[in-house]
Amino acid sequence: MAAALPLVLFVLLLLGPVGRGHAEPPRDSLREELVITPLPSGDVAATFQFRTRWDSELQREEVSHYRLFPKALGQLISKYSLRELHLSFTQGFWRTRYWGPPFLQAPSGAELWVWFQDTVTDVDKSWKELSNVLSGIFCASLNFIDSTNTVTPTASFKPLGLANGTDHNFLRYAVLPREVVCTENLTPWKKLLPCSSKAGLSVLLKADRLFHTSYHSQAVHIRPVCRNARCTSVSWELRQTLSVVFDAFVTGQGKKDWSLFRMFSRTLTEPCPLASESRVYVDITGYNQDNETLEVTPPPTTTYQDVILGARKTYAVYDLLDTAVINNSRNLNLQLKWKSPPESEAPPVPFLHAQRYVSGYGLQNGKLNTLLYNTHPHRAFPVLLLDTVPWHLRLYVHTLTITSKGKDNKPSYVHYQPAQDRLQPHLLEMLIQLPANSATKVSIQFERALLKWTEYTPDPNHGFYVRYPVSDSSSYFVRLYTEPLLVNLPTPDFSMPYNVICLTCTVVAVCYGSFYNLLTRTFHIEEPSTGGLAKRLANLIRRARGVPPL
Amino acid sequence: MAAPGAAATDLEVVRGKRAALFFAAVAIVLGLPLWWKTTETYRAPLPYSEISGLNALQLRLMVPVTVVFTRESVPSDDQEKLPFTVVHEREIPLKYKMKIKCRFQKAYRRALDHEEEALSLGSMQEAETMLAEPQEQAEGSLTVYVIPEHSSLLPQDMMSYIGPERTAVVRGIMHREAFNIVGRRVIQVAQAMSLTEDVLAAALADHLPEDKWSSDKRRPLKSSLGYEITFSLLNPDPKSHDVHWDIEGAVRRYVQPFLSALSAAGNFSVDSQILYYAVLGVNPRFDPASSSYYLAAHSLPHVINPVESRLGSSAASLYPVLNFLLYVPELAHSPLYIQDKDGAPVATNAFHSPRWGGIMVYNVDPKAYNASKLPVRVEVDMEQVMEVFLAQLRLLFGIAQPQLPVKCLFSGPKSEGLTTWELDRLLWARSVENLATATTTLTSLAQLLGKISNIVIKDDVASEVYRAVAAVQKAAEELASGHLASAFTASQEAVTSSERAFFDPSLLHLLYFPDDQKFAIYIPLFLPMAVPILLSLVKIFLETRKSWKKPEKTTYAPPRRISTRSTSSGSRFETWTQALSSLKSRSPQLQSGCPSTGEIWTPMLDALSATSSHLPSSA
Repeated sequence: MAAALPLVLFVLLLLGPVGRGHAEPPRDSLREELVITPLPSGDVAATFQFRTRWDSELQREEVSHYRLFPKALGQLISKYSLRELHLSFTQGFWRTRYWGPPFLQAPSGAELWVWFQDTVTDVDKSWKELSNVLSGIFCASLNFIDSTNTVTPTASFKPLGLANGTDHNFLRYAVLPREVVCTENLTPWKKLLPCSSKAGLSVLLKADRLFHTSYHSQAVHIRPVCRNARCTSVSWELRQTLSVVFDAFVTGQGKKDWSLFRMFSRTLTEPCPLASESRVYVDITGYNQDNETLEVTPPPTTTYQDVILGARKTYAVYDLLDTAVINNSRNLNLQLKWKSPPESEAPPVPFLHAQRYVSGYGLQNGKLNTLLYNTHPHRAFPVLLLDTVPWHLRLYVHTLTITSKGKDNKPSYVHYQPAQDRLQPHLLEMLIQLPANSATKVSIQFERALLKWTEYTPDPNHGFYVRYPVSDSSSYFVRLYTEPLLVNLPTPDFSMPYNVICLTCTVVAVCYGSFYNLLTRTFHIEEPSTGGLAKRLANLIRRARGVPPL
Repeated sequence: MAAPGAAATDLEVVRGKRAALFFAAVAIVLGLPLWWKTTETYRAPLPYSEISGLNALQLRLMVPVTVVFTRESVPSDDQEKLPFTVVHEREIPLKYKMKIKCRFQKAYRRALDHEEEALSLGSMQEAETMLAEPQEQAEGSLTVYVIPEHSSLLPQDMMSYIGPERTAVVRGIMHREAFNIVGRRVIQVAQAMSLTEDVLAAALADHLPEDKWSSDKRRPLKSSLGYEITFSLLNPDPKSHDVHWDIEGAVRRYVQPFLSALSAAGNFSVDSQILYYAVLGVNPRFDPASSSYYLAAHSLPHVINPVESRLGSSAASLYPVLNFLLYVPELAHSPLYIQDKDGAPVATNAFHSPRWGGIMVYNVDPKAYNASKLPVRVEVDMEQVMEVFLAQLRLLFGIAQPQLPVKCLFSGPKSEGLTTWELDRLLWARSVENLATATTTLTSLAQLLGKISNIVIKDDVASEVYRAVAAVQKAAEELASGHLASAFTASQEAVTSSERAFFDPSLLHLLYFPDDQKFAIYIPLFLPMAVPILLSLVKIFLETRKSWKKPEKTTYAPPRRISTRSTSSGSRFETWTQALSSLKSRSPQLQSGCPSTGEIWTPMLDALSATSSHLPSSA
């Protein structure tokens, strides 16, 4: 039941009523939304979404004039002929089992996938330059994206926006699992917002609170969309999203109650005057007039209800552009109090979830295992599994086994692109049918390669990250990421080269010394008459004993 | 029994000597070159002498001036001497290592028929359009027409005229020394239109020692292949002001014509953005008398910094960016005026920052507040704004107002805001600046590469250096022969190639490989191998010297001790042990001084003592 939630809620956010009627429609518009959801575990998730839409042909115009759309990104679109760009930075891992499925999926670390226009001749060069420029814009280490961690998926990551013809040669996908996300990535992200962090929902984006959370994910999505119903011309949509999960026990001192001020240490003061829509949605499922389980202050003016696969979800809606919401008290501090705390029942397990681990022992061989769960009682789901494995884990493809319910599960589509040492990673794409109420295990054996000593990362004993398989479920469009794997490679002692030099040199010196002596010394037979020290010593003892000397 | 034994021993001794010499020979002939070859870094040859030669380069800037004499401009017997060529050369005194000479090559000739006809017309405009038609003038060249002394083409009190194209008009004179006098006037006009000391000093501002004028001279942008121009509208108070500007139209109408006239100097790209909630870095001061706010001149340097972080760097290119900001002050701080150093408000309400761009404060008409409720819709008057920004743009490109000679009439620029000779002058200055930059880059690169022997010089770096040197030389030649356009292109190529060589990442690869690490790696092998070879060489040398001195033994007695020692085989062992003990006694110091290399000493000494244990005990 929960699996469909992201899709439906997304539709809800998209179809929200269009803001004030303008006499002359501006060429660009901004909408901002914040959804606050108490999670089954007691934590609170907050998801921001800022959408800037621009009715302009970015790739055709010579001189570009920007209003709400950020200039830095607009220039990228026209310079590198981008069709779509999706970039996310995530710290922490979304725990699907405890928190339910996320609104916006993102793997931990940095993820970048880009569709180029089919006019681009050298996609790899553009991709390299683009990742370097993005690395500068977002102060991230995206410049470490190179051919060893870039793949071109054939079936996954279809364009999300308007697209005619999807030749996957114009798609590039890369993930940096080691990337650490911090304030320096948030600041440039905030600068892209038209109201910066001065007004509207972005006031809440205070870095020291946002990074004091269990999960932080920020993303930038650019895609072309239809300008009108008949789709005669193209507009560009920039979607900036940010999701955080506040640890209820840290921020709420053990209570599950929350307020905006307690979470963000800020309150909403004024709407962003540039936004045509500015709303806060609070998930108050289970709240009604009679039932005394929870209380929201200020009381919502409107609520929004929807039935999502049998689960009734209720959202309290606060429209910041409605003057009554803020003007009464000069600021809006949303609060939620639980009157009778919800019994901590086991959270409903989402239909689809995935897990991954390495098995095996020693430092030579191992086995990658991916477990895909389908807990739906009577529906099977087709799942597209994308797995990229770095070249230093050498996969044995013949050992690939897929079993569900103890039986072999034959994938209906397999695409495998083998790795090349120091050039490209393994890419494995499979379309698997997950039977109802089953756990499917995908496992493949690998051998660990020896790296050159300059190829080790600065902290090699930490282990090497292996990217997560991504599974797309086409019918629902749910994208799942598993946790990143940390695989230990045989790591040498890095002072070893010097020790080897010393040892070898010593051996050479010993051999050489003896050889040199043998060749240059003069040998002659020694006269026994002159006794050595030992003989003199012996004679001394003999004299003392009264025995004749030697 | 003793005699054959001694003979055998002698044979053995000679064989040992030969073996030791052979070892030494192998080590020197084979080992040393092998070691040298395998450990050397690849260093492509560079034209060091030519690079140092560039510093002594004499730049001779040639301006071809065609001087056209109409009938009756000079005495008729002087007319007979035409055509001929006069060269006027002078050195421009700058405190710069390059000597820069300015050379006006004046080609005197008689006017052609259509030129006569044009110059006899009533007004300057008509004459110009007629003259401009038939011939295309090369970049950097000038044409000066000498008209009769009492011609009505110019107003009576004016002696000369400078046009918007590469032409000028000078009055002639009926005098015995007519050519000299006219020649001086021509030089005056030509200097105003081409090269003056100020222009060159501004171009070389970065390479000249600082003086009190330097800050003013450092205003223009540095030379580059292209420039990005960004217009930003700063609206710190979108709640009160709903600001609209027709930037598309303004760029098309005012900026593009100017830039297309300038296009010979580089590529230009223009974009614009609107930034909300972007505030200036200083709080303006309130003046109760006029109930307005003021930004004092001394606080202007602090205005830009907080805004700059919002402006965003250009993601798409590496060209320098020129920022032009239009600031609409927030309601609480308006009207806002900029004060100059004397405290009077600046008429344009704008200021510029050298090499960065310009800022203009645009106050909203106070009447607008009364009529409607907030936010007030503000339509920016783009003509007023662009006037200021274009003037600033000219300043930032180093196109200063010309210094006209006395009694000279200046036609003023064409509709795009730039005369052709101003563009030529810019190209002269940029060429000289490019040459100076390229020479400095090449010189410091050569110095760096010469000083640090670790740096690998790849072939492509070397070829860039060669290309840059060739381009500098070519540009200098082209300047000397008066081909401005090709000289400018060559100077740009020189800068590009030299910078590419200087910033090549391959230069950094082995830069940080310190010498002590090298020694730590070499010592474990080289020391135990070199010590026996050296010792035996020393011994052989001593013995040979002794055998040479033997015949002279009768004249004086050499110290007997030495001779006995060196003959006996026991003494050889003694020298060995001495060397060993001295080495061992030194090793603790080495261990304590250099902890990381401590572990090598023990195995090495063991190896040495192992070799020594093979020695026979003394006979």
